Amino acid sequence: MNTLEILFYALSVFAIVSAIMVLVSKNPIHSVLWLILVFFAISGHYILLNAQFLAIVNIIVYAGAIMVLFLFVIMLMNVQSDKEPQKKLLIKFIGVLSGGSLLTLLIALVKQTAQLEGKQVLMKEGTIGLIHPLGKALFNDYVLPFEISSVLFLSAMVGAVIIGKK
Amino acid sequence: MTILALDWGFIVEKLIMIAIVVFASLGIALYTTFGERKVAAILQDRPGPSRAGPFGLLQPLADGLKLIMKEEIIPNAANKWLFILGPGLAMTASLMTCAVIPWGSAIDVFGRHVELQIADVNIGILYVFAVVSMGVYGIMIGGWASNNKFSLMSALRAASQAISYELAMGLALIALLMSTGSLSLKTIVEQQVQGNWWNVVYQPLGFLIFFITAMAECNRTPFDLPEAENELNFGYHQEYSSMKLGFYLFAEYINMIMSSAIMASMYFGGYDLPFFNEASVAPNIAAMIGVGTLLIKIVLFIFLFMWIRWTIPRFRYDQLMGLGWKTLIPLALFNMLLTGALILAKL
Repeated sequence: MNTLEILFYALSVFAIVSAIMVLVSKNPIHSVLWLILVFFAISGHYILLNAQFLAIVNIIVYAGAIMVLFLFVIMLMNVQSDKEPQKKLLIKFIGVLSGGSLLTLLIALVKQTAQLEGKQVLMKEGTIGLIHPLGKALFNDYVLPFEISSVLFLSAMVGAVIIGKK
Repeated sequence: MTILALDWGFIVEKLIMIAIVVFASLGIALYTTFGERKVAAILQDRPGPSRAGPFGLLQPLADGLKLIMKEEIIPNAANKWLFILGPGLAMTASLMTCAVIPWGSAIDVFGRHVELQIADVNIGILYVFAVVSMGVYGIMIGGWASNNKFSLMSALRAASQAISYELAMGLALIALLMSTGSLSLKTIVEQQVQGNWWNVVYQPLGFLIFFITAMAECNRTPFDLPEAENELNFGYHQEYSSMKLGFYLFAEYINMIMSSAIMASMYFGGYDLPFFNEASVAPNIAAMIGVGTLLIKIVLFIFLFMWIRWTIPRFRYDQLMGLGWKTLIPLALFNMLLTGALILAKL
């Protein structure tokens, strides 16, 4: 096993354990904190793929901004596990079943994609995740989808302001 | 020697540098607390700490010893693990910034060419930005885990303040990046060493915005709303005692040092000593002069922080939000547009 593989497996175990802890934690604050660790593990994977820019943006946007807002809202609502109504066992069981079947479906889809068959992941090389190639790709090849998604964000912002004014 | 196909000499070199930088930051932070008390004393026309050692120089050691010796109290209703995690996170986040700061040019030791920077990543500034956005977790987790209304209020204030001022900070940074064309702090400093002017000449407004937001991100007066004594008793660290409180207080000083280092590197030439030809002396000596120059710039910035703290009173909360959203963000956007227009006009 080389260093890269050791890092890959360590990060994967870290990500999966944290993701499971998000689900099994009774306290919503703990869930949010475990979710932050999941984002860090995923950023680690990005770095293994030599996508430094994506790794750091993942941390800034998800771990740094969105999760702070999550934490903010949960702290303000002061949700406590013992006061919350507990779901019935049957509903929990159905939830696990439907979530599991969705996961199976997604994995089956990814496995059957013809483009991915027999391909290997580029580790530690490849430049598409670095900032210059990514910027060139976004503003040359994908400029229209990029601008349209920014308009989408703008409309979301305007919507938030209007709801906030009411 | 290669185990796992790694260059172990490289790892040892980096570990030594990390140790030096971390311990130097802690040492400087220790004496920054002393400096703060002395500066406050001078501004308020009183002698300040003067009993422990000559000129009171042993005062920070006495303070540290006192904090360690104090009884450690964890409130019964507190969430124990998160209560301990909070100060640790605050400290980690503030120390992590030092990884990408270029402390000087390269030196040659024992035949090795050693860059005086822990990691020259090509996204250096974004890394700093990510660490800054992590910094608020220490305060939020500590404030919430204390299970105290005032602490919680303070944590929420800290979070909303950090998020609001991060936006203006990011926009001010974008204008700088547009004119430098690089995200690597090393490249930005080298450009200033080679070029005629420091970046502050090209980005005066951007620097002003960055300075104000840095002050807000460090929770320094006039932006220390999270620990407003008269409204929140003591803020997010009200329930903390002993060295855990010390960690929170210390993290603030380390944040101040790191943001001074970042500002010096980005806007004031980093380790560049003006009117001095680095090629005229041996490379090792030139590198040491560079490190000294950067340290002097950092000290000057820290003095500026203290001067402002003991001169300007604290904002009201609505004034803080108004300044962030209604003044700094539009100004930063204007600065960005202006920079863009100037770059286009030059082409």
